[in-house]
Amino acid sequence: MTVRRAGRTLHGGRVAYAILVLAVLVSAFPFYWTIVAASRSNADLAKVPPSLLPGPNLMRNFEAVMEEADIGKALLNSLIVSGSITVGTVLCCTLAGFAFAKLRFRGRGALLAITVGTMMIPPQLGVIPLFMLIAELEWVNQLQSVILPGLVSAFGVFFMRQFLVQALPDELIEAARVDGASSARIFWSIVVPIARPGMAVLGLLTFMAAWNDFFWPIVALSSQNPTVQVALRQLGGGYVNDQSVIMAGTLLGTLPVLLVFGLLGRQIVGGIMQGAVKG
Amino acid sequence: MKGRTVTLTAPAGTAAARRRRPSAARRAWQTVSPYAYLAPFFTLFAAFGLFPLLYTAFVSLYRVELQTPGDMEWRGLGNYAALFTDEFFWISLRNTFTIGVLSTVPQLVMALGLAHLLNYKLRGRTFFRTAMLLPYATSVAAATLVFAQLFGRDFGLVNYALGLVGIDPVDWQTNTVASQIAVSTIVIWRWTGYNALIYLAGMQSIPSELYEAAEMDGASRWRQFFHVTLPGLRPTIVFTAVVSTIGATQLFGEPLLFEGSVSGGISHQYQTLGLYMYEQGWGFFHLGRAAAIAWVMFLLILVLVGVNALIVRRRSRKEAGR
Repeated sequence: MTVRRAGRTLHGGRVAYAILVLAVLVSAFPFYWTIVAASRSNADLAKVPPSLLPGPNLMRNFEAVMEEADIGKALLNSLIVSGSITVGTVLCCTLAGFAFAKLRFRGRGALLAITVGTMMIPPQLGVIPLFMLIAELEWVNQLQSVILPGLVSAFGVFFMRQFLVQALPDELIEAARVDGASSARIFWSIVVPIARPGMAVLGLLTFMAAWNDFFWPIVALSSQNPTVQVALRQLGGGYVNDQSVIMAGTLLGTLPVLLVFGLLGRQIVGGIMQGAVKG
Repeated sequence: MKGRTVTLTAPAGTAAARRRRPSAARRAWQTVSPYAYLAPFFTLFAAFGLFPLLYTAFVSLYRVELQTPGDMEWRGLGNYAALFTDEFFWISLRNTFTIGVLSTVPQLVMALGLAHLLNYKLRGRTFFRTAMLLPYATSVAAATLVFAQLFGRDFGLVNYALGLVGIDPVDWQTNTVASQIAVSTIVIWRWTGYNALIYLAGMQSIPSELYEAAEMDGASRWRQFFHVTLPGLRPTIVFTAVVSTIGATQLFGEPLLFEGSVSGGISHQYQTLGLYMYEQGWGFFHLGRAAAIAWVMFLLILVLVGVNALIVRRRSRKEAGR
């Protein structure tokens, strides 16, 4: 079946390929089905046997979903929210990660322990006080209520710290100090250029997570000012009965992430595998 | 940038010649500046991360209603008492557990198998890896809406496919076991590829000499998998098990959107703790009660992480004894 070689250099045989292809098909089928269902009519979907090829109704369903769930506004809001969260998170995490990786200061161990210790605690557990807080600030239904809490990423700090511990030689900072470079100058001219690959990976992961975040946005926002996930929740909440329209909304809401994934999938794969070894 | 690097790494002699004693202000800044780097993160972290987490315990002791979140009335352990006498709490706790097992175990086992295959020399390996991560890029909401359609009782594709092989249509919504399997399927679909990549990363960090030695001892590939790969992966497996368990404790979007109701099915047959919390807070407006549920979930997670720590410690002690 396979050529026998030591450990990890084994060649895959036919069975291995067959199973992997099957896994890829299972992974991809729901996407294909979304396209099929979104391009047909509700009546088509209730037919036996079901039609397995795309139909002619895609544009009509897109228009219907734009009207019923305001997906256009949702897409724009999601872009604003995910974009701001990505930029802010990467910046905050690079700053903090650099301090934890390369600077010596009192309380470093304790602060890092708090950060890493809360990494595993899902933010979902804090939603009630968080909701009371934004109600107090009168931020309910406003985008900052989703953006600001979204900037907190203990994982990001840890990720950037691990990256910089390895990528940034101590001597480089030492030399810059000796040369009289200021702290800010060291950060922008030495740390950031070296941290860039790590920042890119963190940015990608953060963008996808922010785009797909579900619990907090549906608590903090409503259908008047929705992100994509809030709009999808509304679509699935029973107000819309036309399945093909629901699928059209799902397709529109998923396309942007799929686009990012299509362009940068390799980097995302690399980032997740990197994070696994370091984490 | 390049030019600058050259200056910075100039020979030590030049640098030493230029060395001056840093001024007092400068030294003071050097002690303070680390905190300046940390300030943005920790300010946000304190306000939107740590504070809500800790304050949840406090809120859980009060009666707080959604319409008037500013008014808090002391209730002591009343919220917890109400919780423990509510049958739906126990149902959702049980459902969280069963759905957790139904989704986590097959997911991790399949991920392990796929990782093993992905670790072979393959043509198009980047393609396979990327394609398998595709579900991870999808949102819970999108995935659930599609699967809810596929699992439709009358016109769903799953029942149609089952019909082709002579199986009667399954009621994926009202049947308790079937609905939990359907909800778990969404979780499995979204996370198997992700876990496979984590395992793959772990497998690649196992030194190949171990395999060579096993090979020389005449160990079959199965034996190599069980005696080299699995032990080498143990920390990774513990890590993914903990992450998946925490995820399962939190499960929310899938049961919410499977039929679109906060009760998790007509008789709460697939309502999870996360959904129960949402129902209490944003369905019935009892924020205090919801906070009590959150705190119970937090304790549950602490126990799980504690178990994890114990396993890891036992393991490292074993290794030290070797």
